[in-house]
Amino acid sequence: MASRLTLRAIALAYLGAVLLVPVAVILYRTLEPGVGEVWASITTPAAISAFWLTVTVTAIAVPLNTVFGILTALVLVRSRVRGRRFLEAIIDLPFAVSPVVIGLSLILLYGRGGWFGDELADAGIQIIFSLPGIVLATIFVCVPFVVREVAPVLREIGDDQEQAATTLGANAWQTFRRITLPSIRWGVAYGVILSTARAVGEFGAVSVVSGKIAGETETLTLLVEKRFQNFDVAGAYAASALLAVIALTTLLAMTLVHPRKDSA
Amino acid sequence: MSALPASVARPRPRVGGAGAIGFGIATLWLSVIVLLPLAAVVDRSLADGLGAFWDAAFSRQAVAALRFTVLMSLIVTAINAAFGTLIAWVLVRDRFPGKKVLNAVIDLPFALPTIVAGLTLLALYGDAIAFTKWAVLLAMLFVTLPFCIRAVQPVLMELDREMEEAAASLGASGATIFRRIVLPNLVPAIVSGGALAFARAVGEFGSIVLISGNIPFDTQVTSVYAFKQIESDNIGGAAAVSIVLLTLSLAILVALRLVERWGARHDG
Repeated sequence: MASRLTLRAIALAYLGAVLLVPVAVILYRTLEPGVGEVWASITTPAAISAFWLTVTVTAIAVPLNTVFGILTALVLVRSRVRGRRFLEAIIDLPFAVSPVVIGLSLILLYGRGGWFGDELADAGIQIIFSLPGIVLATIFVCVPFVVREVAPVLREIGDDQEQAATTLGANAWQTFRRITLPSIRWGVAYGVILSTARAVGEFGAVSVVSGKIAGETETLTLLVEKRFQNFDVAGAYAASALLAVIALTTLLAMTLVHPRKDSA
Repeated sequence: MSALPASVARPRPRVGGAGAIGFGIATLWLSVIVLLPLAAVVDRSLADGLGAFWDAAFSRQAVAALRFTVLMSLIVTAINAAFGTLIAWVLVRDRFPGKKVLNAVIDLPFALPTIVAGLTLLALYGDAIAFTKWAVLLAMLFVTLPFCIRAVQPVLMELDREMEEAAASLGASGATIFRRIVLPNLVPAIVSGGALAFARAVGEFGSIVLISGNIPFDTQVTSVYAFKQIESDNIGGAAAVSIVLLTLSLAILVALRLVERWGARHDG
C-alpha cells in the first residue's frame, strides 16, 4: 500500500535525521584520527581518573537508589498508609526539575553559607566540590527509575502468593526474599539499567556541584566539556565515544531485559 | 449461603514489610534527597525579600531567556507529538526488516549523555547551526523524542482493531478512520507524552550548553542563564530564576496528573 510506505518512509527519515545520523557521525569523527590516537586520548591520567570517578559515583548512587526504590515501590503499592499520593508526587519531581536547579539546590543546602554549610565546614566535612556532592546530585536525578519500573510489576503480580507465604508462617523478610523479589527481579533489573545510564551520563547537576578539579572531581561528562572548551576537539570526541559505547551497551541490555520484564 | 469470599469476610493483612516503618523510611529518604534541597532553593530565592526576587526572576534578560525557552519547548513538543505518534504507528502497525533494532534505537536519547548529544549535533551540523536558534531546536528535538513515542506506543498496541475494521467495512477511508477512531483513543497518551517532553525541554541543559552559544536575547535558554548566574556567584539571582523554572515544571506535572486521571476515567 502506497500510503503505508509513505508513512514508513517519513518515520524512518525523521528517526534517521534526528537520531541515527548524529550518532554515526560522532563515531566516525572519533575514529578519523585513528584508533591509536583515540586510545591514547582515553588513557591519559585525567581520562582514567575521570573514568574511575564516574564508576565510583555510579557504584554508590545506583545501589542506594535500588534499595530505597524497591522499598518506596512496596510502600506505594502494598501499604495503605495515608500520604502515599504525596510520596508518589515527589518521586516524579526529579524528572521535571532542571539539572541546573538540582545542582544549585545542593549548593544552597551544603555549600558555603547554605543551610548546613557552615556546620559541615566546622566539622571538616566537605560536600560541595567533592565526591559526596557529586553522589548526592546523581542520586537525586536517578530517584524515579527503579520505583517507576518496580511499582507496575508489583501491582501486576498481586499479593496472593505473599498472603499464602504469610499464612504458612513466613516472616516479612522471608516473604520478600523468597516470593516478592524473584517476581520483580526483571523490573528491578530494568530500573537499574536506566539508573546506571543516567548516573554515568549526568552532566548538568554534577557540573554545578563538582568544582571541576582535574583528577579529583572531574567525571567523564565533565571531561568531554572541558576538552571541547580547551579546543581539544579530538579528545572530546574520544571521551564522548567512550560514553556513547556505554550508552549503546545500555540499550542492548534494555532490549534483552525488556521482554523478560513484561512476561514476568 | 453464608460463605463470603475470605477477602470480604476479613480484611487481608498487608504483607511485604512495607507498613508504617517502610513509609517512614521512604518518606525520610525522599525528603533528604529531593525535598530538602528544593526547599533550600525556595528559601534562598526569598531571602533578599520579594522585591529582590521579582527583580532577579523577571529582569529583561531573564524574561527574554524564559520566553525563548518556553516558545522553543512548545514548538519542539508539537513537532515531536506529531512525529512521535507517526513513528509509534509505524512501529506498531507496520512490518519491515530491522524493526526490532529501530525500536531499540528509540531509547538512545535516554541512554546517551546529554553533553555527548550536544557535541554530536555540533559535529554533524557544525557551523551551519552552531550558536543559532536552530541548534537549540535540534537539541531539544533529540532529547525529547522518546517521551512522545514511548507514551503512544503501548496504547496503540492495546487498541482494539475491531472498531477500525467496522469503520472500514462501512466505507470510511484510512484518513477518516485515523481521525475519528484511532486519534481520539490516543489523545490522552499524546498529551501525557507531550507534557513529559515539554517538561524535559524546559529544563534541558547538557545538550544545549555547548551548541547554543548562550547569546543573551537570542539563543540563551533559562537553564543556561541560571548556570551562568551560579558561575558568576549571583546565587540569589540563580535561585529566583530556578523558582520560576521549578514552578513551570510543577504546573506541568500537576496538569499531567489531572490528564492521566481524566484518561483513566474515560478508559473503562
